[in-house]
Amino acid sequence: MSNVNIKINGMDLSVPDDITVLEAAKMNDIDIPTLCYLRGINQIGACRMCLVEQKGARALQASCVLPVSEGLEVWTNTKKVRDARRVNLELILSNHNRECTICTRNERCELQKLCQDLGIRDIPYEGEISGHKIDDASISVVRDETKCILCKRCVNVCRNVQGVGVLGPVGRGFTSRVEPVFDLSLNDVGCINCGQCIIHCPVGALKERDDVDKVWEALDDPKKYVVVQSAPAVRAALGEMFGFPIGTNVTGKLAASLRRIGFDKVFDTDFGADVTIMEEGTELIDRIQNNGVFPMITSCSPGWIKLMETYYPDLLPHLSSCKSPQAMEGALIKSHFAEMNHINPEDIVVVSVMPCVAKKFEVKRSELSEGGLPDVDIAITTRELARMIKEARIDFENVRDEDFDPYFGDYTGAAVIFGATGGVMEAALRTVADVLNDADLEAVDYEMVRGVDGIKTAEIAVTPDLTVKVAAASGGANLRKIMDSIREGGEFADYDFIEMMACPGGCVNGGGQPHVRAKDKLEKDIPAERAKALYDEDKAHKIRKSHQNPSITRIYDEYLGKPGGHKSHELLHTTYHARPKIKES
Amino acid sequence: MAARRITDFTAVKEIVAKHRDTPGCLMPILQETQGAYGYLPLELQEVIADELDIPLTEVYGVATFYSQFTLKPKGANQVHVCLGTACYVRGSKKILDKVIDVLGTDVGETSEDGRFSVDATRCVGACGLAPVMMVNDTVYGRLTPDQVPKILKQYIEKKEETA
Repeated sequence: MSNVNIKINGMDLSVPDDITVLEAAKMNDIDIPTLCYLRGINQIGACRMCLVEQKGARALQASCVLPVSEGLEVWTNTKKVRDARRVNLELILSNHNRECTICTRNERCELQKLCQDLGIRDIPYEGEISGHKIDDASISVVRDETKCILCKRCVNVCRNVQGVGVLGPVGRGFTSRVEPVFDLSLNDVGCINCGQCIIHCPVGALKERDDVDKVWEALDDPKKYVVVQSAPAVRAALGEMFGFPIGTNVTGKLAASLRRIGFDKVFDTDFGADVTIMEEGTELIDRIQNNGVFPMITSCSPGWIKLMETYYPDLLPHLSSCKSPQAMEGALIKSHFAEMNHINPEDIVVVSVMPCVAKKFEVKRSELSEGGLPDVDIAITTRELARMIKEARIDFENVRDEDFDPYFGDYTGAAVIFGATGGVMEAALRTVADVLNDADLEAVDYEMVRGVDGIKTAEIAVTPDLTVKVAAASGGANLRKIMDSIREGGEFADYDFIEMMACPGGCVNGGGQPHVRAKDKLEKDIPAERAKALYDEDKAHKIRKSHQNPSITRIYDEYLGKPGGHKSHELLHTTYHARPKIKES
Repeated sequence: MAARRITDFTAVKEIVAKHRDTPGCLMPILQETQGAYGYLPLELQEVIADELDIPLTEVYGVATFYSQFTLKPKGANQVHVCLGTACYVRGSKKILDKVIDVLGTDVGETSEDGRFSVDATRCVGACGLAPVMMVNDTVYGRLTPDQVPKILKQYIEKKEETA
């Protein structure tokens, strides 16, 4: 790679020769507005916001797809550029349902922000709006075509990052739209419910199914005992909704806010995560000792589970039979907790706060229930919880830190890192190594499975006689690479244990997490910053191995018996089934 | 919508096999598949997507982008009314309305008995005869709406004889 000399707005610049004008401008603190642009994912010059005037070129050029070249000269702020940008934005707005005050993206909308920045005060174009459809048949994701601006971010995220590809451009001209095939709902086309389309949508065209009202209804019902559990990754991102910098850990404020909202018990899915390690670790050891199916693959991520059931139904036996931590926590609340406190499980409502929209689908799985009672009743996202905190008028910034309620809210550092890719693997290794060596090993930091790379691999000597090949992967397309390899008997067929998370970077970057503007994604590695908040909490924990959690010892002593035992299998393990790519009507 | 009717995929698989190694092969595959089956329903697009190992949305996107492709079966008789500029200014919209009225079938639709489909087309290259309607391969030019019922009647009756 070498440098080329270019001129932007009259400034002489030397920039690498393999970048775009947009990137060159960014490197030199020249801001060019963008809307459809998503670094590395969507660079298609569709929205015409990043137009620049190029010397010698007849028309304005989209800088996101304009490569730099020696002697190139552009201007980013001429009258011609500003006028064109304004007209293009006004045209987008003329075809956009501008119900901003009641939109979920109000104040966190990239289109709205751009209109503010460009001072749009009037839309001279009137006429028909092309999109009409609202697809709300999916339990997880709602599509509102009246707000879609056809930027195709969702299309490319779904297809290229997640390896799913259930959204695509349809038709042409004024009737162009982005939707699934043959007028079908997202619910019927092999969508894995990961919600990556939601967190990359610049506007409110894709959003989670809003279950906030159901939670309030339960809280307002005096006959219901409402218990909440919160997933590890929520604490690493919730603060962003209240102005805290990305990567701020707000565990204490989270627990305090949940209590102020009025939940009868404030528990932590991290306890469920510690239980998961006991069960999954035991399952792994059992497979090793009894010649089971390898590689064994984790089962915490509901997006991953649906991807597996839809696209790799022939490989289901590779999945761990463990329920997800959310479901384990729920199942234990409705059994052991209910018995301890003499509460009829039918009167308990378990609400979970998740970084995930696929968890909404997971809680509806009939396998995740006991005697007709679902393990978890309502799953809401980090974003929905933020809305509840705001509606309840809780002063989140100033609320004093509190702890989760004891026993089902007690957790270790191992559980906290479940929220980052590689975390489940690391937590499992900490316990499996101790168990197999019958020792309390000092080495707890498995750095080789950390970091935000899409696929991480390592060979780890768990005991002097046993080396295991492990991998941790995140992002659907990476998961598919591994599954294709296993199916074909390739490299990954030889592995022992693989952790799979549907969302790139793991749950910290889940589809239920706060939106981050594309501009901020340029400057920061969002999953890495959020993950750091979790690894820091892990490091600060006195207990960093799941099996050393005294409440874990207690629940096995008092209730479950031994990991992988009869009671565990009844409550904490599940089954999977094949799903069609396209549902027959 | 997701009900599948076609069950014999031999032809489409042969078509894909013939073109699969050529870059940009999706267009000729869709054209030939439509030629072989008459239309491009879900089940055929699924086979094409699976065989090429690309998302179904990509196949569907192309199939809905170009007006030459149809997702619904066409009628035994295909009525095309030209809405190109020359025909349009000479009143072809009224011809089209009359066709819809006589056949009870809307633009882009096929009659329930499968005998007629109605389409509005771009210029068919017979501007001197505007306004123009085509039924199958026959061109009818310099039309007035009142001529339409008589022309269509031939096809309605002809079909009944063979049926």
